[in-house]
Amino acid sequence: MSAATPIQLNVNGANLTVTVQPMKRLLDVLREDLHLTGTKEGCGEGECGSCSVRMNGDLVNSCLVPVLQAASTNIETVEGLARDGILHPLQQAFLQCGGAQCGICTPGMLMAAKHLLAYNPHPTMAEIREGLAGNLCRCTGFMRIFESVLSAARSTTQETHAR
Amino acid sequence: MSTPAKNRIVGTSVPRKEGVDKLRGTARYIDDIQREGMWHGATVRSAVPRGFIRSIGFDRKIDWSEFGVVTAADIPGENHIQMIVADQPCLADGQVNHCEEAILLIAHPDKHKVREAVDAVHVEYDLLPPVFSIEESENQQTVIWGADNCFKSFQLEKGDVDSVWSHATHIVGGEYRTGAQEHLYIENNGVIAEYSVETGVTVWGSLQCPFYAHKSLLAVFNLPPEKVRVIQTETGGAFGGKEDYPSVIASHAALLAMKCGHPVKMVYDRVEDLAATTKRHPSRVRHRTALDANGKLLAMDIDIATDGGAYSTLSSTVLSRATLHSPGPYVCPNVRIRSHAWATNTVPYGAFRGFGAPQTVFAVERHMDEIAASINIDPIELRRRNFIHEGETTATEQLMREPIILDKLLGRALVESNYYNKRAEFAKENSGSAIKRGMGIAAFYHGSGFTGSGERYLNSLAGIDVTAEGKVRVLVSSTEFGQGTNTVLTQVAAEILGVEYDDVIMAPPDTGIVPNSGPTVASRTAMVIGRLIERASQQLLSMLREQASLPEQFSRQQFFAACEQLRKKAGEVVSLCRYEAPPDIFWDDQKYRGEAYPAYGWSVQIAQVAVDTVTYSAEVEEFWSAQEAGRVIHPILATGQIEGGIAQGIGYALYEKVVLQNGRMANNQMTNYIMPTAEDVPPIHVFWEELPFGHGGFGAKGIGELPHDGPAPAILNAIRDAIGVSFNSIPLLPEDLFAKLSIAPKVEEPASV
Repeated sequence: MSAATPIQLNVNGANLTVTVQPMKRLLDVLREDLHLTGTKEGCGEGECGSCSVRMNGDLVNSCLVPVLQAASTNIETVEGLARDGILHPLQQAFLQCGGAQCGICTPGMLMAAKHLLAYNPHPTMAEIREGLAGNLCRCTGFMRIFESVLSAARSTTQETHAR
Repeated sequence: MSTPAKNRIVGTSVPRKEGVDKLRGTARYIDDIQREGMWHGATVRSAVPRGFIRSIGFDRKIDWSEFGVVTAADIPGENHIQMIVADQPCLADGQVNHCEEAILLIAHPDKHKVREAVDAVHVEYDLLPPVFSIEESENQQTVIWGADNCFKSFQLEKGDVDSVWSHATHIVGGEYRTGAQEHLYIENNGVIAEYSVETGVTVWGSLQCPFYAHKSLLAVFNLPPEKVRVIQTETGGAFGGKEDYPSVIASHAALLAMKCGHPVKMVYDRVEDLAATTKRHPSRVRHRTALDANGKLLAMDIDIATDGGAYSTLSSTVLSRATLHSPGPYVCPNVRIRSHAWATNTVPYGAFRGFGAPQTVFAVERHMDEIAASINIDPIELRRRNFIHEGETTATEQLMREPIILDKLLGRALVESNYYNKRAEFAKENSGSAIKRGMGIAAFYHGSGFTGSGERYLNSLAGIDVTAEGKVRVLVSSTEFGQGTNTVLTQVAAEILGVEYDDVIMAPPDTGIVPNSGPTVASRTAMVIGRLIERASQQLLSMLREQASLPEQFSRQQFFAACEQLRKKAGEVVSLCRYEAPPDIFWDDQKYRGEAYPAYGWSVQIAQVAVDTVTYSAEVEEFWSAQEAGRVIHPILATGQIEGGIAQGIGYALYEKVVLQNGRMANNQMTNYIMPTAEDVPPIHVFWEELPFGHGGFGAKGIGELPHDGPAPAILNAIRDAIGVSFNSIPLLPEDLFAKLSIAPKVEEPASV
């Protein structure tokens, strides 16, 4: 096993250095080293999307990313969505429309939805389904989640999504 | 939606109580929690389905002095998990009865090292012949459990079935099978346990029923109730999968904590959770049905067999619910039902949303379409002619005292789905197309609350108190795992007490703090516990009027002022209520007869399905569900329950296959156990009719399980409508369609040499 190595990351706008095994999963670095436990592990093999985060504007499964690969990138996690205590429009929409039930897929789902709206602020239902197809939810049957994303898209401007 | 009396908070879609924490990512699930000095636990599991443990060897490449190791010999109390019958060992002692059975536990401060250590334990076995199927178990050539492999059987007879066959116009038989289904909660099973001589055992965990785990821990540790404490942490989905299994993992982690002198976390990864924890019982149901010339049911003879796995766990109660739901929502003068739960050498099957009903509802609702085809009657009309009504009796001779609006639900579902026009349209289009479409229906009920005398035995206690900080707290052991317990119970309290929704909070789900309001299962929470919170709130108002000068009409401020007055006088402001069975509800356990459930939810579902005759895939294109489940306390949460249940039901029918090899799940990954994704679930349309039930919280009946009962038969009925071929077994995968629909080219037999 290789030695712990300092690796620089920007997480939710903050520049950080973590000293960890370079092959450690980004998921574990976020959860164990940075105590950002909002990002969840559901399957550990990139199937469920619970660990979805954005890395330099790409949506990734953080369970499949060795932290080495994330060096010097900007990482966005669920903890970065709300600003100054105010929920992000997507969080607000999920709350109002019943998009979260047990909540375990929710952080990943929010990141996938944010990613979708960043590139496509007014998606069709088919585009929402495709955009969220990598994120499994076992509770909702997805209907309330689709409605949450549509509602957020309706209520916000492109500028909000880009933040 | 028909709307009963208007309320301030009940019947409105307030934000989910713990919603903001879940959306911010700050809700604390078990794997998000660390304890000072915490070690990580793992399990050495059986590699064989049945055998004696000949030896356990520890590889010398590991320094075992660094590890805590627990075997059955370390158990201070009883080596059994306490469910209904104490037959399941906490740790195997000399013999294993299924693959993945826990043999030995290991803990270490480093979670990676503990995994290596598991691989360095070498268990050798003397193999015994295993039993893998219902058929092998019921023929009893190899006996693996008790005297006859049978965990439980029921028999009931209404009228005289055998007198009917000779004069019936039609007799139709059929056999129907359902496979195992995995819950696939996105958060795996997990707990953290601590032990000290002074305080005993404390367990935090992802679980549905804190007092079930509590009961098991008492026996395993031989401790008095006050020395065991179980605390539910935020739970990432359950669906029945965290009803009984947490008693196992909690006992394991607590044993390790005692042995190591450290808190121990055990959180399964997906591969272990899929291979080692419970699933839905597979089933085989046989129907033989007699009808008169008008298509009225004369007799139903039903034989049910379920596969219970290696230990009895909840198989007897699952079988009971399966039995009681097997005749469908129909009235029939002569009914005989025999049912058996059989032992096999697989991981024990357990609770899963619907609890036996989805299996037998699949059979009866698929069978109704087979009858309709066989006697040449419209499947809708056949159902309409036989629906049960108020004043009629069920198979257990329960007199239905509440109104039943199946006809209305059916009418609604037919209109909303445009059923008849679509069927006509598809019949025209299908002949010239490789894609064949069809419409299918299922009508069904689901009994709310525990079966039979269950609620009387549970004798639940629940209530509220008011804190010095001016918050009303709901005191229940009923847990939140997505379905909305927190929200619905606080709505009920806030409504009655005249306070705001935000004034009411949930007490921590901690057996050291809350009373035992029973398990969070059986679609009982809104109905049974909701009613207890309603009564406890009313009782508190009476106390405040009698002892603290609360006026008849009062404001929120006056309520809290009166609470402070009472606190000064009595030292606390608390109101608890115990379960009272509705009058006229009697169940005879011996005769298996009477009021099987205090109330029923009713539903009619319709599926539109497209079968691609080139790729052999079947896809649900649209789904409609009309239901009556009493008063709807929270429309968005309730609708979310229906949609989620339907999505699981679609998975049950068309996607989710547990592949067993040598009794072990072979596809124990999300990569190859496939659930419906955002692109697979069709638009789902949900329609409510509300008939408030007098003995449920604000008129509520159970909702959670009902929607899972119908999709599988509705979908397979739609497939029959589309292609004219019957499939009587689920899951129905493309390869199953291919096997039946494709006609293999005839090849000449090679000449034998």
